[in-house]
Order: sequence, then C-alpha cells, then structure tokens
Amino acid sequence: MSYTLTFSQYHEGLKEGKFLGLKCDDCGAYTFPPLGVCSNCGSSSMQVTEIEERGTIRTFTVIRVAPEGMTPPYAIVIVELEQGPWVMGNIVGLNPDQLNIDLIGRNVIMGSQPVKGDMFTREDIRVLTFHVA
Amino acid sequence: MREVAIAGVGMTKFGISEKSNLEMFAEAGLEAIEGSGVEPKDIEALFFGNCLGPFEEGQAHMAPFAASELGLPMSAPATRFEAACATSTVAFRHAAYLVGAGVYDIVLVGGTERAAAMGTSLATRTFAMGSQSKYESPAGLTFPGVFAMAAHMYAKKYNIPLEELKRCMAEVAVKNHYNGSLNPRAHFQKEITVDTVLNGMMVADPLQLFDCCPFSDGASAVVVAEANKVGDLVKQPIYVAGMGQASAGALYLQKDLTRVRAREISIRHAYDEAGVGPEDIDVCELHDCFTIAEILAIESFGFYDFGKGYDAALIGETGLKGKKVINPSGGLKAKGHPIGATGTAQITEIVQQLRGECGDRQVEGAKIGLVDTLGGDFGTLCNIILRSS
Repeated sequence: MSYTLTFSQYHEGLKEGKFLGLKCDDCGAYTFPPLGVCSNCGSSSMQVTEIEERGTIRTFTVIRVAPEGMTPPYAIVIVELEQGPWVMGNIVGLNPDQLNIDLIGRNVIMGSQPVKGDMFTREDIRVLTFHVA
Repeated sequence: MREVAIAGVGMTKFGISEKSNLEMFAEAGLEAIEGSGVEPKDIEALFFGNCLGPFEEGQAHMAPFAASELGLPMSAPATRFEAACATSTVAFRHAAYLVGAGVYDIVLVGGTERAAAMGTSLATRTFAMGSQSKYESPAGLTFPGVFAMAAHMYAKKYNIPLEELKRCMAEVAVKNHYNGSLNPRAHFQKEITVDTVLNGMMVADPLQLFDCCPFSDGASAVVVAEANKVGDLVKQPIYVAGMGQASAGALYLQKDLTRVRAREISIRHAYDEAGVGPEDIDVCELHDCFTIAEILAIESFGFYDFGKGYDAALIGETGLKGKKVINPSGGLKAKGHPIGATGTAQITEIVQQLRGECGDRQVEGAKIGLVDTLGGDFGTLCNIILRSS
C-alpha cells in the first residue's frame, strides 16, 4: 500500500504556500501534517486536501539553550487548527523576550519558513510558523 | 509465566567520567554479577541499553562488545535496546518477560551513556533526535522545551499563577537535591534552596537551570533470573510484581500535555499485573527529567488527582519523611541522567530500598516500589513494580 502524502510532497506544498494534509474518507477528520493513517480513526482511506491556516495557541515556550546550529532565543508553539489538527511550529512577528502566558488562547495564522539543515538532516527543512491574527 | 526476580544490582557513580561507555558498563555489570552470586559464564543473554554511542564515541553496535568486556559466553545473545531516556527500563521489561516465559533462566540487563562527554550543544542536538525529525525538530524543539510547554499548559489549565507553580516546581528540585546529598553515587550531592532554582538562568521558559536534570555519564546493570533460582543465590530476592509499557506519537498529537496518556496506560497495566493500586506503593523512582515532570507523573499514578499534585513537594508529602516518598535517590534531577543507564539505575535504587540498604535515605519498611521512565517527548513510557516478598 503506497503512502498517501509523503513528507516530500507535503514539503513541496509548503514551498508553494500550500498546507497539504489528509481528509479521512471514513470519519471526515483532518490529519496534518501527514501520517500513514487517519490520526482520529486509523483508516488508510484518505484524500489529500489543503488545510486552512487559522488556529489557536494552546501552549508555548521560549528556547534559550538551543541545539547545535540553532540561534536562541526563539519561541515554539503548539497550535490547535480550526479544522482539528494540533501542530507545532515557531512564533514569528513577536519579540520572544516579551511573551507571557497570555499568549495561550491567541488566534494565529499559519505560514512556513526554511530552517537551515545540518549534517544530520542533510537539507533545509521548512518549519510551520504562526503570527498573531 | 514463571515468577521472576532480581538477584543483584550495580551502578557507577553518575557524573562526569573519564571512562568509556564499555568500561563504565563493565564496572556496573561486574558489580551486579558478583552481587548475585553467579559468574559471567552463567549469564545466558545481555539486554543492553545505549542511545547515543555513535555521537558520544563513534561507537554503534555496542552490545556484543559489552558482553565481551564482561566475559559473557559467546552463546549469550547481546542485543541493544534504544527507547531514548527509557532505554534500559524497556530492556528490563523484555528481559523479565523472556525469563518469565522460560526462554532464559539468568540474564543481565543494563545500560551505559556518556551524555556529558558530548558537551551541552551536541548533547542538546542529539537528545532532540528523540523528537519527530520532520515535524518537530525543525522548530528547534529541545527536551526542556517539551516540558516547558507542559508547564505552561498546566498553569493555564488549572488556573494556577505561573509564579506559584514555579515555586512548587522549585520545591521538587530542592527535595531531590536533598535526597541526592545522601546518595554517594549521585551526580550532584549538594543541597540547594528555592532561591537557587528561581535565580538560575532560563533554559526554556518557564524552566530554569535547576528545573532541569544534568547531562551525565554513567552505567547501571541488574541480574534478572527465575525466582527460585534467585532464592538459591541470594538472601533477599526482589520480585518483579508487574510491568507496563506504552507508546505515543509526536508531542503535538498528544494535545493535552498535562496528561501523559501513554503513562496512564502503562501504569494501569503494571498495577493490574501486580494486583496493587497507588495506595500500595511505598517508594517510587520516577522520571523527573524536569521538575514539572515529577508533578505530572505523581498525578498519572493516582497518588494525586489531576491538577492537585503540584504542591506535593512544597507541603512535604513526597520527601523522605512524607507519606509517598518520591525519588529517594535524588532522581534524574540530582542523581543524574545518563539516558541509557537511567532505567536500570532507578531499578537499582528500588531494589536497594526494598532490601533496606539505603542508609540515610532509607524509606523505612518499604515493601513495594515503583519505577517510572519516560522516553522522548512522551513517546515511550515504561513502569516496573517490584516487591520484597
């Protein structure tokens, strides 16, 4: 059985400003980013679809001690998209030093930006980004 | 299933070591073998834990070399396990079930890690490989970051002022450093205060340096055998009462980070297998990689209701004199966290507690103990319940 939406296809979508995800034929739930089966019901019958950009911040942190190759400080958020999936990415457009817990619950719009690869990833990878709506 | 018991345990001092992964493992393994009244030639299999050997020493495929260091017979299969920070706990569970099933009678389980040898930057990068590399790591996610997000979500969900939660988290660090000060094998053996924690550098908001466990070097090992055989070998067999293990995907798929669902499944299985409940646990070594992690764990175990466990250390209930003693060894926080060695070191502490060998940090009359290890960003959870009779 072939993989419905690969990282490579998802990643090409990001480069074109599209958020490619999966809609389940059985339960209707959206899976984004892609998995082998529906994240809600486990069905492998899914169609590739574009995911909408709107969501709400559910938690965050500001990284001040970073992995090799990353430059702190930067903020990471987990966002619940309006269509259901929860996703991880970086906050853009806000000063990381001025964030506080009131960030949780703010509405955001999803984008993406490239992150420089290292010897382990071997290539640049786009990361999801979020700016306050 | 046959009854399974632990005959002997061993560990190096945790901290910064000049010794190689294999040399540390040999020390821990020989201590466990000698304490079990057996010889290396009696060991029928090695369940070996190591996570990051390729980055630490350019060494993969370490298990057969480890067997060779110890003089185990060539007929003993030596197999590497990797489950991030839960590595050697997962190795133990598989070993115990295979002994229970009658495949082997006597085996050695353990792990070794030179995390400190990598330095903070490479260690942070390679530890982060335990997150999803396509969808999490590019955001620059670190393990402090994982638990930092859990802490923010906890404060928000239960409407606890962040400053109050941070003070309670600091009390977890103070408690575990105190316990570590009583443990000659701990990485850190110095007491700290709440001010030490709250004045530390910020690592990942809201976690400060002393909310975090260290990168450590160390090794640990235990001899697991069929219970009757252990009874013939040593005076105080420690029995495997119940075990659990559960797995989850990427962190963002888990949604509510205040509830580690895989832990709730794992501990339920362990309680059921052991025929015990939270009220029966006398002593617990749990995965306090960060202070908030201890709070999440004691709630998952049913020691506290969800949202009610955050001040347990503050009010003294989880200290050495408390009603539910948590991390008498000092935990990952003070004893240290050489990831592949952590699980069997937690088992080592519980075995020594149940044998009454822990001196100043002994939990009086402890008969049933719980081990809890979390791997990755909530991806692997493993629990072991041990009993002294």
